[in-house]
Amino acid sequence: MIRLDDGRYVAPEDDRPEEFATLADTPEARLSLHRLTLRRFARHRLAMISAIFLLTCYLLLPLVGFIAPYGPNTRNAEHIFAPPQLIHIFHDGGLNAPFVYPISGEANLAEYRWDYTADTDAPQSLRWFCPGDPYKLAGLIPSQTHLFCAPDDTTVFLWGSDRLGRDVFSRILYGAQLSLTVGLVGIAISMGLGIFFGAIAGYFGGGLDYAIQRLIEILRSIPELPLWLALSAAVPSHWGPVSVFFAISIILGLLDWPGLARAVRAKFFSLREEDFVQAAEMMGAKPSRIIRRHLLPNFRSHLIASAALSIPSMILGETALSFLGLGLRAPAVSWGVMLNDAQHLSSIEIYPWTALPMLPIIIVVLAFSFMGDGLRDALDPSET
Amino acid sequence: MKLLLYIGSRTVSMLLTLLVVSALIFLIINLPPGDYLTNQLAELRATGQEAGVAKAEFLRHEYALDQPLWRQYLIWLGAAPGPHGFNGLLQGQFGWSFEFSAPVSEIVGEALWLTILLNLSTIVFVYVMALTLGVIAAVKARSWIDYTTAFIGYLGLATPNFLLALILFYYGHKYLDLPIGGLMAPEFENEPMSFEKARSILAHLIIPTFVVGTAGAAAMMQRLRASLLDELSRPYVETAIAKGMPPARMLVKYPLRAALNPFVADIGTLLPAMISGSVLVSVVLGLQTIGPALLTALKTQDQFLAAFILVFVAFLTLIGTLVSDVLLAMLDPRIRIGEKRK
Repeated sequence: MIRLDDGRYVAPEDDRPEEFATLADTPEARLSLHRLTLRRFARHRLAMISAIFLLTCYLLLPLVGFIAPYGPNTRNAEHIFAPPQLIHIFHDGGLNAPFVYPISGEANLAEYRWDYTADTDAPQSLRWFCPGDPYKLAGLIPSQTHLFCAPDDTTVFLWGSDRLGRDVFSRILYGAQLSLTVGLVGIAISMGLGIFFGAIAGYFGGGLDYAIQRLIEILRSIPELPLWLALSAAVPSHWGPVSVFFAISIILGLLDWPGLARAVRAKFFSLREEDFVQAAEMMGAKPSRIIRRHLLPNFRSHLIASAALSIPSMILGETALSFLGLGLRAPAVSWGVMLNDAQHLSSIEIYPWTALPMLPIIIVVLAFSFMGDGLRDALDPSET
Repeated sequence: MKLLLYIGSRTVSMLLTLLVVSALIFLIINLPPGDYLTNQLAELRATGQEAGVAKAEFLRHEYALDQPLWRQYLIWLGAAPGPHGFNGLLQGQFGWSFEFSAPVSEIVGEALWLTILLNLSTIVFVYVMALTLGVIAAVKARSWIDYTTAFIGYLGLATPNFLLALILFYYGHKYLDLPIGGLMAPEFENEPMSFEKARSILAHLIIPTFVVGTAGAAAMMQRLRASLLDELSRPYVETAIAKGMPPARMLVKYPLRAALNPFVADIGTLLPAMISGSVLVSVVLGLQTIGPALLTALKTQDQFLAAFILVFVAFLTLIGTLVSDVLLAMLDPRIRIGEKRK
């Protein structure tokens, strides 16, 4: 028996320090499970970029009023369906402060459309940190300062204007506030229900499990959208924008939980027989404590990954409902509400920029999918 | 024999599910306060049209809207006698549409068949696309084909159906000269079926099928690719190749068969999503399926029409799931002997 420097006793034939070194002293082995997961996630380049992008988006939401040059419902009667304006820095071969060319519109009565011409002789510099439409920073602090505004006697429509002369760029920013949060509220409700039903079905089993299983099967067998439509048609038309917003998120969440409940139930079934659960039971822990303290933490991260993968369907759901006129309603601004205006082929053909809100939808949904996939892979290295 | 027994038990449980679903749907439809006629009554009273009021009151009684909700449901279902005896869904009477002042069966008549047609063609599209692309992506994993299909798949999942519909619609018409709007050329509407009409319907089906099917095909393709990749790394594949079996034959004979089970089982999750998609796309593209009628009915609280369409949609889904269950039982003997699937 030999005593090693670190206090372990080993038989002489087992004294192979180089082997122990490779087993225990790799930097990997010293990291906690969470650090390992994080590291595997970071190696997923696309997922990491998506996560950073989404985080930036959500952090910017309270500052939307500051970034947007116009208010969400500010109308500009003289610039209906104005095309996107570019911000230039070169004029006549010389470098200028960022400026726009003023545009003026004319109704083309022969084709029933608006034609705009840019006056390229009179560049107008943008104003910075300027007073404009009043807004509330983070919904609390009233302010009038905008990051940039249009020059005094012209407009700056980065992504064009819509049928009422409202700035599409500003509206997309404001729309993000509702479109991005509707998924979060919905997923919170869905997770609450899913964990609750999944946990009691998986923990108690028996008749309760049977009943919940049937409920899940029934809910999963009904097409979501028609049911969403039916439920949102039941939202009273006199409700304010905030109530409608919450009603819609609840509706989206109400039908989403069965998938999650199923996953939770399966996990609970396999974990229920583990020694640590029986130990807790024998020490007299109540079911609610066992579920919350001993079982749920085992797959908290899996829940987060599956939540990230469910958010896209909620964002798309809100968009579809609003697009059909049964979701959020004007004056609330969401990407779906904006697309409601772009319903007609003619408007997409003549004024393609009215369909621009589809870009942020696609990008955000893709980002959530990539991030969710990356999270799942990082949590289950064996399954990739 | 076992298989027949299995089919029987699945059918019974499907019918029970349908019963629960119909109750749920009836409840949801009646969530908003009032009904089509009370709204009309209020309007008539406000404008002082007493004759109209009497008529609406009469209609309310005629359609049992003055009864408690549970009784209304039973009457609608045909399980309890209404003012005119048993004439509900069970007796094949679909009810009356107040908005269109016509029997529901008349309004949805042709639309039902077109809905089934659209969904059938979408299923075929999804399976053909997912099968071919999924196999190619798995065999040529990490090649440009794999990455391109994965990218298109992700885009298909992320683009809202209705937008894809609008865009394809526009470009399909502009560059490929595909017909726009509806499910058939206007001159064939309400015409009996003929060769020309069938051809017109087929041409009009291309874009909707593509739009509704893309997301489902993308998801399914990815799953088939994953399960096929699993199989391809097994030793038996290596053995087969080592023995000199032609790769294509080997692929079809062993790994593909093993990877096909989840593929068939998936239809249960695929179908609800597809029917949802077809409703949405029908509204956008103005297809004569039940989609637009459902939207109108929901907006005007035309309860019998809305409830019937929703029940029909659920019925379609359940039938689809039943078919997939039976197929799966034929493919996989473990299921029909009653062994639990893991």
